[in-house]
Amino acid sequence: MFDLDRWQEIFQAIGKNKLRTALSGFTIAFAILLFTLLFGVGNGLKHTFEKQFAGDSQYSIYINAGQTTKPYKGLQSGRTIQFKNEDSKFINEKFEYEIQYFSPNIQRSMQAIYKGEQNRYTVRGVYPDYQPLESAVIQDGRFLSFLDIDKRAKVVAIGRLVEKDLFGSLSAVGKNINLEGISYKVVGVFNDPGGDNDERFIYTPFTTFQGMYKPNDELDYFGLTFNPKLNVDQALKFSNLLTKMLKEKHNVDPRDQGAIRVRNYAEGTKNVQAFMMVLNIIILFIGVGTLIAGIIGISNIMVYIVKERTKELGIRKALGATPKSIVGMIMMESIFVTAVAGYIGLLSGVFILKAIGGNLEKYFIINPSVETYVVVGATIVLIIAGTIAGYIPAKRAASIKPIVALNDE
Amino acid sequence: MIKIENLEKSYPIGKDSLHVLKGLNLHIKEGEFVAIMGSSGSGKSTLLNIVGLLDSYDSGTYYLNGQLIENLDEKKAAVLRNKFLGFVFQSFNLITYKTAVENVALPLYYQGMGRSERQLLAMQYLEKVGLADRANHLPNELSGGEKQRVAVARALATRPKVVLADEPTGALDSTTSHSVMELLKDINREGMTVFVITHEEDIAAQTDRIVRLKDGIIISDEKVNHKVNV
Repeated sequence: MFDLDRWQEIFQAIGKNKLRTALSGFTIAFAILLFTLLFGVGNGLKHTFEKQFAGDSQYSIYINAGQTTKPYKGLQSGRTIQFKNEDSKFINEKFEYEIQYFSPNIQRSMQAIYKGEQNRYTVRGVYPDYQPLESAVIQDGRFLSFLDIDKRAKVVAIGRLVEKDLFGSLSAVGKNINLEGISYKVVGVFNDPGGDNDERFIYTPFTTFQGMYKPNDELDYFGLTFNPKLNVDQALKFSNLLTKMLKEKHNVDPRDQGAIRVRNYAEGTKNVQAFMMVLNIIILFIGVGTLIAGIIGISNIMVYIVKERTKELGIRKALGATPKSIVGMIMMESIFVTAVAGYIGLLSGVFILKAIGGNLEKYFIINPSVETYVVVGATIVLIIAGTIAGYIPAKRAASIKPIVALNDE
Repeated sequence: MIKIENLEKSYPIGKDSLHVLKGLNLHIKEGEFVAIMGSSGSGKSTLLNIVGLLDSYDSGTYYLNGQLIENLDEKKAAVLRNKFLGFVFQSFNLITYKTAVENVALPLYYQGMGRSERQLLAMQYLEKVGLADRANHLPNELSGGEKQRVAVARALATRPKVVLADEPTGALDSTTSHSVMELLKDINREGMTVFVITHEEDIAAQTDRIVRLKDGIIISDEKVNHKVNV
């Protein structure tokens, strides 16, 4: 394998037979290039799809209260349902296993001011568990803590765009902002894959906010995530049960859709997963199809190459080449050309994806890219295919009697 | 050197078979210069291919250098060819993308000789055939006579026991034919066994012994009486 002489023979054969080399190289490079592009574009579509649903944890359930639309148990319709802290406690006690993160929420639109700069934002009073619910990522400082909740601390975690609006290029952490006359210390800045809206929120401790703006333990809504160990069906069952129990607790008709509204992301997740699976199958199909085309191409070319070389192989045999050395020579040449061409195809594919990737967003293709192991795997598959495709005719050529090979014109 | 007894060979053609060699007996000693003559279809090429281990035979015996040649697999045949035999073909059979010196060096490569060593030796043999100045030319840049001299150099490079030449002058004009024959005579004078196949009388007349084949049997086998040139 590492016999220098042998490689020199092979390099000479490759270099002096440019058409042959170009032909087989082009087939392989083109197959890998197509594979990379198609796979990359497929992945880009997938990324777009994922991004649409990336705003919140896919295990989220949000529960809102409203007005009753049906009379029930002697109570009139049009009654307003108000959640209170005891509902938080009730839900947490009943569904200890099913719930992973849980936070009650109070929401107000408020004017925020920092030195001369001001703007209106949605401010939410929440528990620390709200961070995973929103899939918020802290980029500076920290999120709210349970200590803040206990101390009813006047602190806020602000979205990246809030910081940008009010502080410009300065860091907000450690500074104070004013929310309708009350000063809050910024403890952290977060970003959110959900997009611009989600990055214009201000979060403050639930207890602080409730004490200031909501009398009688009142609150606006609940957000929670269910235990990821639950499958989609179990999650739906859990949220149905939760809805039923809350309706019972607040004397709401079980068929009343307005008074207590539960939004379970698991339902969407189920559709997304089904769609993703179809998309994955399509991508896989394209990939495998391209590879098969490449394999057929390289097989044909190997047959042609060996046929073309029959006479040369006959000469070599007359001069003392053993069948083994003939097969070895053809195979090594084939593997070398396939590997180099495959690498070229891979590089140009990745390069093209990089070059055009940013401009395809309007076609619902975001960040079209291919995992390295996938392309490398595809290249290896083609090398192996080329090897097998080369082996069969090489073996046959090596076993032809030299006299027959010599007479081949 | 070459001892053949009752050699038979037939080729299948469809359902029938063509009986090409019908029991040949031939004994060639070391250092002989032999010509096999015969019209086309007489079986002379088949004989050379069998002697050259390029083809198998059906029955009889064949000893090369005292070794019985029988049931050879491809690998053994390749090794024996490389060690004992040198070939010169009518159509030269040079590898088109290799230069003259690389063509001459090729059998040495299959002998496992190192690169610089075989390059040196190949140059020596090219000098011997008078083509040192054409060493780095490709075959298609050489004339027919030059090509054949490269082929002779290639046949000699491994210092074989026997040089087998199949119509070595068949594709050459009379002047270049003459120079190629002179080369073969030189080789023979150095003690190498040379085995030439031809259908040209004047070529055969330059050898020491002429064996005539017709329809697969030897019809005559006689020494040539050279006029003594002074």
